[in-house]
Amino acid sequence: MTTTLLDPTGELAPVERQPIPKPATLDGLTVGLLDISKARGDVFLDRLDALLSERGMRVRRYKKPTFTRPAPIPLIQQIAGEVDVVVEGLAD
Amino acid sequence: MQLPDGIIAVLKQDCPTCVLVDPVLKEIESQGLPVTVYVQDEPGFPSVSQVVDDRSLEHSFRLDIETVPTVIRVAGGREQGRAVGWARDEWQALTGLADIGAALPPARPGCGSKSVEPGVAERLALRYGDVSLPARRLDVPPLEDDIEYCFERGWSDGLPVVPPTEERVYRMLQGTTRAADEVLGLAPPNHAECTVAKVAINAVMAGCKPEYLPVVLAAVEAALDPAFCLHGLLATTWFSGPMVIVNGPVRGAIGMNWAGNVLGQGNRANLSIGRALQLVVRNVGGGRPCEADQSTFGTPGKLGFCFAEDEATPWTSLAEDRGIGRGRSAVTVFSADGPVGVADQKSRTPEPLIGSLAGTLRAIDHYKLANAADVVIVVGPEHGRVFDEAGWSKAEVAAALHAATRIDGQDLGMGTDKAAVAARPAAGTLPKFRAGGIHLVRAGGDAGMFSAIIPGWLMKGSLGTDPVTREVLS
Repeated sequence: MTTTLLDPTGELAPVERQPIPKPATLDGLTVGLLDISKARGDVFLDRLDALLSERGMRVRRYKKPTFTRPAPIPLIQQIAGEVDVVVEGLAD
Repeated sequence: MQLPDGIIAVLKQDCPTCVLVDPVLKEIESQGLPVTVYVQDEPGFPSVSQVVDDRSLEHSFRLDIETVPTVIRVAGGREQGRAVGWARDEWQALTGLADIGAALPPARPGCGSKSVEPGVAERLALRYGDVSLPARRLDVPPLEDDIEYCFERGWSDGLPVVPPTEERVYRMLQGTTRAADEVLGLAPPNHAECTVAKVAINAVMAGCKPEYLPVVLAAVEAALDPAFCLHGLLATTWFSGPMVIVNGPVRGAIGMNWAGNVLGQGNRANLSIGRALQLVVRNVGGGRPCEADQSTFGTPGKLGFCFAEDEATPWTSLAEDRGIGRGRSAVTVFSADGPVGVADQKSRTPEPLIGSLAGTLRAIDHYKLANAADVVIVVGPEHGRVFDEAGWSKAEVAAALHAATRIDGQDLGMGTDKAAVAARPAAGTLPKFRAGGIHLVRAGGDAGMFSAIIPGWLMKGSLGTDPVTREVLS
């Protein structure tokens, strides 16, 4: 007999996970750099900004008020509306 | 459900009282009153002409039968009254027939209905009842072990979980009066809606009993309060996870531990309530280690950390301090690392004991760090006795600890070289802990002049976490 279980998760992912395809190239895309306000994250992102800009990419910068809390909804919406991919500095 | 008029009886052959009353039902029928017998086991057993095979127990469930025999008087398709077991007076009154069952003893108790046998009641409620379990159904493939399936789907904290079947989750939900689809809040990091049903599913997996569910629900609600900042707490590189302290009558009602080995293993309620909260974090919110949870070390308490306070002391309880009246139950959630033991087997008066506790407290997080994480100090019975005998209240002990833990400004600066320190102008002292950052509770075994300091997350207040208290509701 088959056992039926109830899903304990938030059900945000399909039963069989399907990852979003990653872009093959950044050519023509706008890259968002999100500083989460963790110490020295800006150093890392400044360098990325320089490297991407050198290659002619469009870069936009964003910053969360504090790393301990989720990004405010307006900021998430702004990023979603303005860029194609996002790089976020998570580590110390 | 339209019921047949006359008399309905629910029987099983396995019940001696049912066998005893079978001729009485025949007697009722022969006097012109229509009789319908629903039989739970052997359809050939009743001697009346109208017999309904109820081996599926659907009728027994819908008629809410707990005992057989049960006889019900029906008129116009509606129940007018019922009698349970055999009681001649009651049967005569119900049927309006004065002379039935004259040969039988005056009364005999019935037997349990098959519809309320363990495990059966849940299955019937799910099949025939108006039950809502709002969650996706997943079928474990045939021949696959259901516990292994839970591991493979990533639902486990590393230990086996109880597979959350519909029957178990339904039974768990009987522990609360709250609706299964009530939303308690948004669970970080994925901001998924956390319903009562989702908490019940995870409570099943954690090993909770249904009577623990109100405590788990209160703990989840407290943890989802934005003031607790669960998002940052679960993601931090620091050690901490959520810790639950339980107060009030519910502690005893569900058999929690506040005595020996209080912070350790061995008590089902303490362990499974703490684990249920962490499984909600993992499964509903998606806060998994080495993903959103970036803790460098973690702490054993992240499997689950929950205990009850010993309230048989002169001190006010934690819940009372936080506005919950005595006689009511509450949970308080804190961020928590592992406990740090303080041994002082010599002090018999409060002042030197304050000194012992303060010395260890000053080293929390880093010995040069002021404005450190909040701490919970679990004062053991033998240390508590020293304060009680001197008449020191909790507030007096906390004030003395704040005063005794100030850090000399000259000492500040992690990793600063000695020459730089020597060159610095003299500084005053700074508080080691923010105002209200030392929380005192009482618990532990009778023997041992020890207390336990449980430090929390470095990020606190508006930049991080504050403790949150919620009343436990039924």
